[in-house]
Amino acid sequence: MKRTFPILGILTAILLSYALYQALVVAPTEQTMGDVQRIFYYHVPSAWTAFTLFFINFAASIYYLAKRSPAADIVALTTGEIGVVFLLVNLITGPIWARPVWGIWWTWDWRLTSTLVTWLIYVSYLFLRRFASGGQTPTLAAATAIFGGLCIPFVYFSIWFFRTQHPQPVMGGGGSIDPRMMHALLMNWLAFMCFAFLVCWSRYRLEKLRREVDAAHALESLKDVARSAR
Amino acid sequence: MSEPKGITRATLLKDLRLEWRSKDAINSMLFFSLLVVVVFSFSFDPSAEESRQIAGGLIWVAILFAAVVALNQTWARELRNQVLDAYRVSPAPANSLFLAKAIGNFIFVSVLEVLMIPLFVMFYRLRALGPAWQLLVVGALGTWALVVNGTFFAAMSIRTRSREIMLPLLLFPIAIPAVLAMVQATTAILSGEAGARFWIVLLVTYDLVFTTSCLLLFETVLNAE
Amino acid sequence: MTETAPVISVTNLIKQFGRFAALRGVSADFAGGKLYAILGDNGAGKTTLLRTLAGLNQPSSGQISILGAGKFHDVCQQVGYMAHPSLLYDEMSGMENLAYFSQLYGIADGSRCAEIIRAVGLDPELSRPVGQYSQGMRQRMSLARALLHDPKILLLDEPFSNVDVHSAGDMVRLLGRTRDQGKAIFVVTHQAALLEGTADEFVWMEAGKIIGRTRSFKPPEPVA
Repeated sequence: MKRTFPILGILTAILLSYALYQALVVAPTEQTMGDVQRIFYYHVPSAWTAFTLFFINFAASIYYLAKRSPAADIVALTTGEIGVVFLLVNLITGPIWARPVWGIWWTWDWRLTSTLVTWLIYVSYLFLRRFASGGQTPTLAAATAIFGGLCIPFVYFSIWFFRTQHPQPVMGGGGSIDPRMMHALLMNWLAFMCFAFLVCWSRYRLEKLRREVDAAHALESLKDVARSAR
Repeated sequence: MSEPKGITRATLLKDLRLEWRSKDAINSMLFFSLLVVVVFSFSFDPSAEESRQIAGGLIWVAILFAAVVALNQTWARELRNQVLDAYRVSPAPANSLFLAKAIGNFIFVSVLEVLMIPLFVMFYRLRALGPAWQLLVVGALGTWALVVNGTFFAAMSIRTRSREIMLPLLLFPIAIPAVLAMVQATTAILSGEAGARFWIVLLVTYDLVFTTSCLLLFETVLNAE
Repeated sequence: MTETAPVISVTNLIKQFGRFAALRGVSADFAGGKLYAILGDNGAGKTTLLRTLAGLNQPSSGQISILGAGKFHDVCQQVGYMAHPSLLYDEMSGMENLAYFSQLYGIADGSRCAEIIRAVGLDPELSRPVGQYSQGMRQRMSLARALLHDPKILLLDEPFSNVDVHSAGDMVRLLGRTRDQGKAIFVVTHQAALLEGTADEFVWMEAGKIIGRTRSFKPPEPVA
């Protein structure tokens, strides 16, 4: 593991650079929006990455409740935290994109709105993890994650229908996409996923170490015969 | 042997009897609901045409806030003398307790709605241009959506620090699709414009999915330690 | 008398709360028809042991066997639990409380509640809500709740805490009679002197372990 991590790190850095090059240089300039549109290559992959992480979070939470595996709990914690960050990137790049193009910061566009609600759901998940006390945190968090995950389809569906009734400017652009743009998009997604994997791995190791330290302390108190009582 | 439906009924009746006896909670809740309606009326001028158009949303937001205050009290009596331990130690199934509490909350919030909705209708001079009976359906489905998740999250929040804030923190994001559906359905029925059918179907699906989840996970949450 | 299987058997029970180990390897067998007093300083693990036996805590590791079952829930109908909080609804009378709990235990016999309330020395007709009882009355009503379903095992955590001497004496005598009926009773208490003469065995705990079991109320010799 000690060797794989730096190697993967370097590979990811290369991939990110290549994807950046694709996004900023190789991909053709969009007709209507111009170069501002290039933020699309960060806006979309960050959301895709976040949702991949949230899916893993959902699966890990179910697995935790079924098998009570501490590793599953750490995976859920990790993917939850990092998914929130990636989704925040999406939420911030949205207005940055919208402002020059439509002159407004926020458009209540279907995707952006649904993303905001998803983000709120997972932030509340993180709050629960912080505020729950002691040994019950993994169980309560897993239950919350399952509820949150089940809610996502409802969020997207309800807001989609709402927007078809009350249309607003749509971001993200419809229509067919130039293959070079698609290539840049997918490259960036791949690079983001690798980066996300690295960060998750780091966070996983950090949390695992923290728990091992706690367990070692607990083991100490187990073995420690109360010599002071004599 | 203990019988689940009987236990649900017994628990529900006990809770209703206790509420009726003290009437403290229901009285303060009713007054709080009245205050909410009045505050909303000052914030969103009822004489303005725009306010009447958003009245569907106003009603449900007001009910949501009143419901949260009520939901926070769900387990208060059980916590006082650790009665939950007595329940856990007994052969009674956890879901019977959950259903009793959820139904109790449903009744409680419905009583609040019976006060708040006529007031809103009166203050905002609302008329239903669409099929008014559908409002009952939307009301029942929407209230259950809030109450079933609210009861579940209330049970979780009592195991956290800052338990009063934890309930709305968990409930609001998850409730957004349901609240959107309630508001849109109510507005559609009041204005008679679009049909509320999609929203009603969404609410039914939401209620089914989350009631099932609550029933599947409540025992785990009750016994988490 | 033939040797019967122990009603409760724990093997190397460990319970950790984060960094704190409340139980550090408790192993013991307990027989039926005996009254055990569990003693020790604060933090010795007495309450944790009782709560783990009652299925309210999951052990971190180790085995528990209650009446031959590994899971508490399989035998919960046969176990009664009482703790320092009353586990009763303050707003209801004693009779109403027990009527509700008898529903949880599926007790069809309507007269059982009144019978058990009288057995603990209280008046079934008393309509005063439990919240207005004295501590002695409240603990006795809580004991009535624990005895309601005629369990084979009683787990009592600090039943005499803040109770007046008269009530405490009554409770001890009742526990003795209950033990004589063949039930196993476990009492965690700081007031072990109350049980002298009634308890069959004193179980001494310290720092999450059982350090000794004696027949008389005298702490075991410290192990060299």
